[in-house]
Amino acid sequence: MIESMIALWESLPVIVQILVKIVVIVVPLMIAVAYYTWLERRVIGAMQVRIGPNRVGFFGFKLQGLGQPIADAMKLMFKEIVIPTRANPFLFVIAPMLTLGPALAAWAVFPFDENLVLADINAGLLYILALTSLAVYGVIIAGWSSNSKYAFLGAMRSAAQIVSYEIAMGFALVGVLVAAGSLNLGDIVQAQAGSAVHWFWLPLFPLFMVYMIAGVAETNRAPFDVAEGESEIVAGFHVEYSGMTFAAFFLAEYANMILISALTALMFWGGWLSPFEGTFFQQYFEWVPGIVWLLAKTFVFMVLLLWFRATFPRYRYDQIMRLGWKVFIPITIVWILVVGLAVVYEMPWWFD
Amino acid sequence: MKAVTNYVKSLFLFELLKGMKLTGKYFFRKKFTVLYPEQKAPVSPRFRGLHAQRRYPNGEERCIACKLCEAVCPALAITIEAEPREDGQRRTTRYDIDLFKCIFCGFCEESCPVDAIVETRLYEYHFESREGSVINKQKLLENGERFEEQIAADRAAQAQYR
Repeated sequence: MIESMIALWESLPVIVQILVKIVVIVVPLMIAVAYYTWLERRVIGAMQVRIGPNRVGFFGFKLQGLGQPIADAMKLMFKEIVIPTRANPFLFVIAPMLTLGPALAAWAVFPFDENLVLADINAGLLYILALTSLAVYGVIIAGWSSNSKYAFLGAMRSAAQIVSYEIAMGFALVGVLVAAGSLNLGDIVQAQAGSAVHWFWLPLFPLFMVYMIAGVAETNRAPFDVAEGESEIVAGFHVEYSGMTFAAFFLAEYANMILISALTALMFWGGWLSPFEGTFFQQYFEWVPGIVWLLAKTFVFMVLLLWFRATFPRYRYDQIMRLGWKVFIPITIVWILVVGLAVVYEMPWWFD
Repeated sequence: MKAVTNYVKSLFLFELLKGMKLTGKYFFRKKFTVLYPEQKAPVSPRFRGLHAQRRYPNGEERCIACKLCEAVCPALAITIEAEPREDGQRRTTRYDIDLFKCIFCGFCEESCPVDAIVETRLYEYHFESREGSVINKQKLLENGERFEEQIAADRAAQAQYR
């Protein structure tokens, strides 16, 4: 039975195999994005001492509002796509796709478990850096093609912010690749094997903090959401978007948040490695598949992003720039030196 | 020295962690939300909701068409026409309140010398046509009959403050 299924799978053309694998990654991701919006509203609501959406359910059961994301998605799908007068229609329509595309494509090299990866390429980290940088084009094009002052302001802010934090983020990842000695994401995780203290969060702690905060800035999330800034420039670069085009921006933002959380888990918290490795409890958790650990770690960082949003007021624009250029970049450069020395002199526990 | 401690404090995100501790605590706090159709917020006896006209216990309507409410109404929502009744008493022939104009200030109730026009606790009502927003004397009297018990109790509770 299983053999015949494997034979059937291998008889399929390679392109079909790849497409099936993509669907297997993207569909759960899209569901995760939908329910991440629900989780965000519930978590922020709870932190503001209210309940959040708890009405829409399925078949007459309220289920704590679990039907809400589906209802929202249906609403957005059936809404009209308004193209503003004198906007550039081609760029206007293509901008959301340019934002969503890289957010999904970055998952191609993401290893969910040992050997569970769509494209096991050796330059995985570079590929991820390149694709997360591409997202800024969608934002700039959206802001420019809308022919609206607010959208343009938002796009300019967003461009400056993303470009600034890209550098700090890139340097943080340089630290990771120096420590792991590889650009392949799977090898980076393997380099952290040992136990929870062998994970890179301890030797690379400053880089982990910088990566986490720069990740929040990269995704234009609170407290770095001046690109949207609903109280000053309405909604920033996506003011003029409606219906499915708006939904695409929304999906991209949340997909990017999930990606940042997952990458943090992968590069600093040991990815699919069990937190009980090398301890007394290891034997009791052997049966847990690695992907469960990865998802659990990712979930923690996803909730952390929501927690940030519920807690911190928006940064002033010049302070964002100061933080990016005058604090994060020096910290990362100094710590790359430290990590480099540790690797060269084979510091015990982590790099021996 | 102070600059140094401030620098170290901001570098280690001390204040931010304190903020997150606070919101984290509120995450588990009991929520204030009232689940509206199932639960309802308490209503004060002074609540100013839908209007009603009252009658005396013997069934006689209270309103004597003095038009004080019409005069005091800041939104000009009340329209009154009056004529002597067969027995010679002064009564309204028309008493309309436009609920779209009404701002629910309660001046009509305060100005009424015979406690005829009152505002009830009812805040859940709707109209199904454009003209539905204007309620006439008959509807007001019906409201008065429906809520007389509640109205009388609320007036009694508030009597010492009026």
